[in-house]
Amino acid sequence: MINVIWFFMIIVGIVVSIINGKLEMINEVVLKNTEDAVIFAIGLAGIMATWLGLMKIAEKSGLINSIGKLLRPLMRLMFPSIPREHPAITAIVMNIVANMFGAGNSATALGLKAMEELQSLNANKDTATNAMAMFLVINMSSIQLIPLTVLKIRTDAGSVNPTEIIGTTLVATTISTITGVLVCKIFERK
Amino acid sequence: MYKILSIISIGSIPFIITVILVHGYIKGVKLYDAFVEGAGEGFKTSVKIMPYLIAIFLGIGIFKESGALELFSKVFATPGRLIGLPQELIPLAILKPISGSGSLAMVKELVYTYGPDTFTGRLASTMMGSTETIFYTMALYFGTIGVKKSKHTLLCALISHLAGIIAAIMVCKIVFN
Repeated sequence: MINVIWFFMIIVGIVVSIINGKLEMINEVVLKNTEDAVIFAIGLAGIMATWLGLMKIAEKSGLINSIGKLLRPLMRLMFPSIPREHPAITAIVMNIVANMFGAGNSATALGLKAMEELQSLNANKDTATNAMAMFLVINMSSIQLIPLTVLKIRTDAGSVNPTEIIGTTLVATTISTITGVLVCKIFERK
Repeated sequence: MYKILSIISIGSIPFIITVILVHGYIKGVKLYDAFVEGAGEGFKTSVKIMPYLIAIFLGIGIFKESGALELFSKVFATPGRLIGLPQELIPLAILKPISGSGSLAMVKELVYTYGPDTFTGRLASTMMGSTETIFYTMALYFGTIGVKKSKHTLLCALISHLAGIIAAIMVCKIVFN
């Protein structure tokens, strides 16, 4: 699937840029965006290491087990295939928390950790499990409590009431997340 | 209001770090040793995800900068009108599933062009938080662990995205009109 989408994005992009007479733009993107990707990945190493270090402390202190126990009912419902007190649960929970508070890079680091843990439970390594699909649908939906960056943009643009979109965002994102979870659950039954 | 929210948001990560460290200290964990032991994996992961990130950034960049995005917006003009999505927000609805950071730049442009307190400005702000970043997340997360077949993930995410758009439109109409 990703192979098709990726191919399509690039080929359509090149064809359209020829039609628009902006072919030189492609060269610019090839240079600039790939460099951005490397810088981003290197930058992620620091925050990734930080969270993995903190999670190791939490694992040794038993905090991870406590979180697992606390959220067991909810996790059983959403991810019935993950064994209790498995590290995947903590990584998932912490990823969702980081997303809630808009800590994007921390969320990515924890999300990757969660995927690795879920993969360790996967019998068929090249195919996604139901737990992975569910986790990603929740993750992509990113229930962010306070959309700080958007608030910043609105404040800078001189909004009379920059925070008025917090409520509408919360309601709309809750609806979209619940829809995603329900659809996911329907597909799991198949 | 913005100040208080900003403090809560900014304080959340230091709070989590404090809880983990204090709990570890009480339980007698060798904090520094454990941290370093865990952190060692961080760099490996970062190198591992690099090729995926390069591929994603390349695809998104070419698609967006070439003008293909605008072309797609025209294709989706009619379905957009059906659900009550203003025409100027269609590119955002298409770009958000592909790139989160790209759509943030677009929201900024929209808010400045149309004004933060117009219906378009408010709906763009709401959509930024209620719709999904699908392509980037799936490519990165599945790529890193080597999963090739994503099963129902994409379809569920797209349905969730559509629900997010419709919900944003309806909620904004109810609250702001």
